[in-house]
Order: sequence, then structure tokens, then C-alpha cells
Amino acid sequence: MGNTQKLKRIIATDCGSTTTKSILIEYVDGEYRQTVRGEAPTTVEKPLNDVTRGVVNAVTELEELARLKYNDDSIKFIKDEAIWLTEKEGEGVDAYVSTSSAGGGLQMMVTGVVAKMTGESAERAALGAGAIVMDLIASNDKRANYEKIERIRQLRPDMILMAGGVDGGTTKHVAELAELVGAADPKPRLGSSYKLPVIYAGNTSAQDIIKETLGNKTDLIITENLRPTLDRENLGPARDKIHDLFMEHVMAQAHGYNKLMGWTKGPIDGKLVNIPIMPTPAAVGNIMQTIAKINDIEVLGVDIGGATTDVFSVFTEHKVFNRTVSANLGMSYSISNVLATAGLQNILRWVPFDIDESELLNMIKNKMIRPTTIPQKLEELILEQAIAKEALRYAFIQHKEFAAGLKGGQKKREIADAFAQTASGASIVNLMTLDLLVGSGGVMSHAPRRNQSVMMLIDSFLPEGITRLAVDSIFMMPQLGVLAEISEKAATEVFEKDCLIYLGSCVAPVGAMKQGKIALHAKIKLPNGKTFEENIPFGEVRLLPCGVGEVAKATLKPGRGLNIGEGKGQEMDCDLHGGVVGIVLDTRGRQPFNLPVEAAKRVPLLKKWMKEFKVYPEERE
Amino acid sequence: MAQAYSPGLTVTKSIVLKKDRILPLKGKVLVKKGDKVKAEDIVAETLLPGKVLPFNLSNKLGVTADLIGQYLKVKAGDKIKKGQVMAVTNGFLGFFKTSVKSPIDGEIESISKITGQMLLREPRIPIQVKAFIDGIVVDVIKEEGVVIENKSAYIQGIFGLSGERSGEIKMLADSPDEVIKPDKIDDSCKDKVIVCGALVSYDVIKKAQKVGVSGIISGGIDDQDLKKLLGYNIGVAITGHENIGLTIVVTEGFGIIKMANNTFSLLKSFEGHKASIHGITQIRAGVMRPEIIIPIEFKEDELKAEEPKMATLEIGTTIRVIRQPNFGLIGKVTGLPEKLTKVESETMVRILEAELETGEKVTIPRANVEVIED
Repeated sequence: MGNTQKLKRIIATDCGSTTTKSILIEYVDGEYRQTVRGEAPTTVEKPLNDVTRGVVNAVTELEELARLKYNDDSIKFIKDEAIWLTEKEGEGVDAYVSTSSAGGGLQMMVTGVVAKMTGESAERAALGAGAIVMDLIASNDKRANYEKIERIRQLRPDMILMAGGVDGGTTKHVAELAELVGAADPKPRLGSSYKLPVIYAGNTSAQDIIKETLGNKTDLIITENLRPTLDRENLGPARDKIHDLFMEHVMAQAHGYNKLMGWTKGPIDGKLVNIPIMPTPAAVGNIMQTIAKINDIEVLGVDIGGATTDVFSVFTEHKVFNRTVSANLGMSYSISNVLATAGLQNILRWVPFDIDESELLNMIKNKMIRPTTIPQKLEELILEQAIAKEALRYAFIQHKEFAAGLKGGQKKREIADAFAQTASGASIVNLMTLDLLVGSGGVMSHAPRRNQSVMMLIDSFLPEGITRLAVDSIFMMPQLGVLAEISEKAATEVFEKDCLIYLGSCVAPVGAMKQGKIALHAKIKLPNGKTFEENIPFGEVRLLPCGVGEVAKATLKPGRGLNIGEGKGQEMDCDLHGGVVGIVLDTRGRQPFNLPVEAAKRVPLLKKWMKEFKVYPEERE
Repeated sequence: MAQAYSPGLTVTKSIVLKKDRILPLKGKVLVKKGDKVKAEDIVAETLLPGKVLPFNLSNKLGVTADLIGQYLKVKAGDKIKKGQVMAVTNGFLGFFKTSVKSPIDGEIESISKITGQMLLREPRIPIQVKAFIDGIVVDVIKEEGVVIENKSAYIQGIFGLSGERSGEIKMLADSPDEVIKPDKIDDSCKDKVIVCGALVSYDVIKKAQKVGVSGIISGGIDDQDLKKLLGYNIGVAITGHENIGLTIVVTEGFGIIKMANNTFSLLKSFEGHKASIHGITQIRAGVMRPEIIIPIEFKEDELKAEEPKMATLEIGTTIRVIRQPNFGLIGKVTGLPEKLTKVESETMVRILEAELETGEKVTIPRANVEVIED
């Protein structure tokens, strides 16, 4: 880790597809804070064709804002058309780091022998490294070989990750996959002037065969097997190779990145060294893992964008990290696909008014073709948030399926395991043990009321037991993720103080009972001195005031057969953390959470909950 | 003076256009700099590698993979004909030989002694790139393609279906808000680019397909009709590859939406002229919108492309409302307040004040309008 004493001023940028976002982090009064932020259009495409132009513009904005903030015209971050890195106190900056997802980010194709085993491990390695996985080609994926070749040919990935076979196992299937890749002769996405990078991380006994088949046709890199045995994954070496290739090949092809790569530097062990540019999602994964490790908590994060929804999680005592990308679930570019995936009825079940079906379908399509428009009417906002709930719900379903124990291994089972029925391949996502749920993305971070973000998070993820809720204020997790590479302290301090906006906590007993029966007895001593005490019937929502940094002392007893973390019907004493919205007590049931199908029953319930959540203006409720 | 940048679709009676016409793989360019070309002319061609057919030889011969070498009659790189013998076993005492014949004309790509698999490649597929617009070749990119330039009347659509086509413009709607019926389409519409008003319905499209219409230009299209036409719901906004026999360009959006007056009158003024159109839409980084290109007479010294301008919002700018309420209506900007304003949904946004064509005075988020160039 770096010598953080020397870091006084750090600039971090995230070069996105459309916008380059810059933040300034300063060491003020003994702590790191994010002080100013700027942004400018990304300039990787025509007419400027040079990503550094956008970076300079975004950092120039930082410079201007910093001068205004400190009333000091001598502040200077740019010198000779580049970011000014200097070790001299009071001049320039001490470090500059950056992430990038410009030009669609890192796009990969992966292969494995068995889709659910080595294929899934390869997918996990690629996703963890920040890639979008365009397709998984496996020996057993039911497509005929000629179809697989056609598919490989059509896709123009940035690189291919090939896994397959445990060490010492069969080589035939891996060889066959290599032949298919060789026959397809795939071309890289960004130009035909270089060979497509292929990483082989499969059965070590097949390495010579792979060299023979693909050595001449591709830029072949061989690394350790990412699934050396069925019960062990070794994703690190493959992920590292992906990052190296991302820098050397993918980034080097994009306009201006060679220059930018020369700029990103920071002190490590007292020396100013190059800090590699990270793919944006890999950096988000990095900060989430750092936070989970330092605070010893389980974290679930979601970023809902226009085109895709990323879900990140860190679960179990081993802090296992998983990331999934739901490539076609988003709020503008792929909004129509949310409708196709979820179905109209699932979206409308969150809407407390009647709407003409064809009008709604045309509205969704119009949002797709004009993605930058804003809901002006309240009804349209409610509809967009209903669509967001379904996009989040489906992205989470996909994440739960993917974030699982290894499949195919013969797990040694203890007596306790046999009783707990933990099967090989079961999801490790456990909402009951989850500590923190973080939302980000336009629909979440820019919701007119923070209460709406709370409602969207709770309705789509259905947190269980006690969970803290937060949103990323301006989506600075990527910059903090790459910053953690040189200073964990700076990254985590800024994350806690400036990045996250704590919304509050959600208390939700798990289980179901008849409407009206007592689901939760809550006695809560609030920070304002008042005590809230109520026997809350099943099917209700309560919102209690408890501000940012405040803690309420609670005694919670779930109704018969329900559980809030200590077992069915077991009472617990705990601290509930506040936030800009407060504490939510949600007795609407979990596993299952049921919404009545008939509009006559559902709409009054929705209206009642929305009123309690204070999500929309009174006249709507 | 208050002004702001805003996205807008170009609608203009005269613009200098440059079109890159590039092959998917390196190949041969068939024209040279300075050549005058027509939309239908082929300007470059190449041969795409043929399809690969995996062929499990060891299974066909009934031997293990490592033994296939001794029975082979061909080697990697050989040209083969359909029915040609590729491998023969020795049989028993010269009898019961198994011979394996090629299922295709083509070439042997590779033979694997590990998997026992042969990869056969079909003959190369010729790919040709047409000029798409009448114009002059102003640049040749060696082995890749050309740049063609011309002067045109030009309209950008918001959404479209299917690829490049051309045809004479024929007005079917009498006004921009007319919803035409299928009976307006007859044999005279064959190979034409027809202009409808506020909507093109499923029945109209079906009739147009039957008659052999080349393209349809319409203000709006209904989502349900689109699904019925394609047999699937468009999930993400990437179009242009639909195989529907004609090209559709939608100028305003989904639903019944009156075509903008200037778009309609521009098309009307070029009735009978040839137009090149495509429906290719991509809404993400590297945005692509459908285009209607109507080449006009020009002298070569007129071909000076103007710097692309960002559309500007100013007092008096003509705008189209692109979201509810008042979706599709045209108006003029009357005020551009600087301060963030809370709208009905409680979102804090920068707004503009406008007078709509209906006479109504409204405030609209700036993100919810498009500039229409007069």
C-alpha cells in the first residue's frame, strides 16, 4: 500500500461512454474528503478522437471550481495540456488515477467444457475483471458445432477467455473448442491490425495442443487453470491477465489511451509509479470488496443504467465477490426489453392507477428512442419507477442464480450440512445476513424524493431481517475503486463520508401469515427522545424518523412463525441506523411477498403503502 | 442571449453529404476518385470466407482419432468437390472398405488427430457494396471502400426498420395528420417511397409489401403493429437488419403523431424525385438514425461540407415536444429561465417556456424537446 501521508491531493476520473467524470480528493483536517467534482463529454469518438481531451476538460472544470471554493487563483491541475503531477507541496496533484468504460467497455467471449462448471467459472473470472460476457460457448451447450462457429464469427469480442477441464482431466473437449475458435478465425472489435487476444486458462495438460491449434492464428496467452479441481476455483491469474490485455490491447487501440496511460500515476512505497487504468466495473468491485473486508460486512450493490444493470455482492465469511451484468435490462436503451422480460402485468402491479395498455407500450418505446427525456408528469415517473423495480428484480434473480457455490464438486458433508440441506451450487446470496444494500444509477440517484429510492430498493430486492440502505450520491464508486489501489485509507474514508448517502434501515420479518394478525411488535427508542411502540399487523409499512448518523435502540419481536434474524418468533435487541429517509418497518411478508392480483384489492394496498412511505405528493395518494 | 444546446433531428432542403461506403473485410475498390456514381452502382466488393462445416471423420470411419492419418486421401488446404472421397479404410482383405465422401464443394480447413474432426470450408461468398447515393467519389480508401459526396435534401428519422433502398417519392397523405387506409395503396406505388401522415398501420404495411413498395415514411407507428409485423418485440434499440421486403422510416415516434409540417412539405416539394433511404437505428454510443436522402443538382465546387453544428435553443427556435404532456406538438420557444424548476413529478430540471401550435403557453423540461431547424 502507498505512503498515504504524502497524498494531499488526488484526481480520479471515470471515462464513461458519454461523460468523463472527475473528482478531487483532498486531505483536509486529518481526513480524506471529496471536495469538488466536474464533468465533460467523453472524446474518444469522432470528431475529437482523443480521450485525453475530455479528461483535460473535466479536470479543468475541477481546477476552476477548486479556485472558486478556496478563492485561490494559483490552484493549477493542468500544465502543458496534461495533468500536473508533482511531489512539490502545494502544486499540481500528488496522484492521478482513472477507470474507463468508453466505447462500450470490455467485451469478452468465454468458453468452457461444461457450461455449469468450467464455463461458469470462466464467466465469473471475466465478469469479475469488469467485462461484459457476450456469450458462453461450451461443449454441452446444445448448439451444433457449425452454429457455435457462426456465433464466434459474428461476435467481435475484445478478447476470448478459454477454460475447460480440470488439471489432468480430458483434453479432447478442450481441443475441440480450440478448433472451433480457430475455424471461426474471429476478428477483434477494434480494428483488424492486430491478432485477437485469447487467454487459455484450462487443463494444463492441453496447453501444447492449444498452442498448436491457436498459436499462429491468435495472440495466445497461457495462464494457470482457473478451475484446477472441481471443488476449487483459481480466478486470480486469469483476471490479472484480462487486466493486462485490457491495457495492452483494448485500451491501446482506443484513441488517446496511450497518452492517458502515461498520465495515471501515484506514489507506491514512496516512488511515483504507473497506476493501470481499470475497467469501470472492476473498480466498483474493488471498492465493494474493500468496504466489506474492512467493516466485516456483507454488501449487495446495484447500478441500473440506460442499457445494463450490474449487480455486485460480497457474501459469506470468506467475503466471496460476485458480479453479474444483466446486459439487456436498463432504463432507456433496453427499457423495452424490461417489458419483454417481465411482462406488462408485472410492471402494472406496481402502478396504483388505470392506464391504457397501448398508450403505455408506446410510451416505453418512445423512451427507448429518446433516452434522455425526463418524466414531467407524475404518472410517468410512477411508471418509470415501476419499470425500474422489475428491471432490478430480474437483475437480482440472475445474480442470485449466478452467485452460487461451485457446481459439480463432491462436497464433503458434515452432519450439520446434511440437516441444513446445502446442496452443491446453491446460491450464496443470503438476504437475512446482508448488512448493506447500495443502489446507484440515474433512476435511483436522481429520484426526486429519496423515499422513492427506498421504495424501489425494498420492493425489488425484498431485504430480510435488518438491512441498511444507501445510494451512491454521484456514482463515484469507480474512481474510489481504482484509488484503493494506491490508498485504501483515502478510498474508504471518502466512500463512507461523501460517496454513500445513507437512506436508513429496513426491518422485515420473513414468513407469511393472515392479513391483520400481529407480524411485529416493535419498541423503538428514537433519537428525538420519543419511543415508538406498536403491534404492527401483517401487510403494513411504517416509516419512522431517524436521521443520518443517528441510531435508534430497538426491541423487535416477530409474530408467530416469522423471523427477523434470531429464529422464528425470537425477540431481538438491536441498533437501527438512520438516514435521510429513516427506519422502515415492513410487515408485508417475505418468502413469499405477495401482491394481490385483482386490481380492486391491490390498488388500495399500493396507495396505503405509498402514503406511508411518503413517496409521492399527497394528491396522488 | 439565453441559449442552450439541444439534440435535434436534421430536416433540410440542401446539405452537402459525405457517405463512407466500406467493405466488412479488405477487398477491391471498383471506382476511382472523381467518378460520378449512381445509388445502384457497385463501388467495392470482396469475398467473405465461406461457412465452416465440422465433420467428425473418426466417427464416420469408425476408428480412433489418432488413427485417421493413415486413411486420409486429402490434406489441409486441399480444394474438394462434393462427393469426392476424403478417406478410405483398408477393410478386411481388401473388402468391406469404408470410404468417406465430402458433403460440400469447398476446401479442407484443418484435420485434427486429437479430436478426429475435419473442418470443411464452403466456397467464399461475394459481398458487394453499392454507392447508396448518387454522387461523386471524393476519396478512395485502399482495399476498403470509398467516400461519396453529393448535395441533397436531407431528413433524419427517429426510428426505422430494414436496410438501404431507393425509389421515387410518392405522397399518399394529403396532410401531415392524415391516417391513410390500405386502399390508398395500388400498383402505382410499386418501387416507390410512399409518404403517409401521422401513422402507418399494420394493414397499410401489409398492403405495401404485397404491392412491392420500396419504402414507407410516416410520422408514427404503433408498438403493437410493429410486434405483429416482426413477430417479436424489439427489446433493445438496434434495427436495420429486418427482412420485411421494404424500408420504414418513422419521423416522430410511437403512436399516432402528426408529421412535422416542414418534413411533410419538404417531402411534398420533392414528389417524383429519387430518394435513398434506410431504417438503421442505434441508440447508444455511436448513435445512428434512419435517413432520407434526396440528391439534388450541384456543381462540384459547391461540395464544401459545413462544420457540423449543434442545434441551439434560443427565443424563437422551433421545437418539437418529445414527451408527455403535449407529445408530438410543435411550438416556439418564448423563454429560457436559468433557474432549476420543479415540475409536476417534483423533478428539479431546467425548463423552457414555449407557445405551442395550438396557441397554448406551456413550460417544458429542456430535455423533453428537440430543435427543428427551419
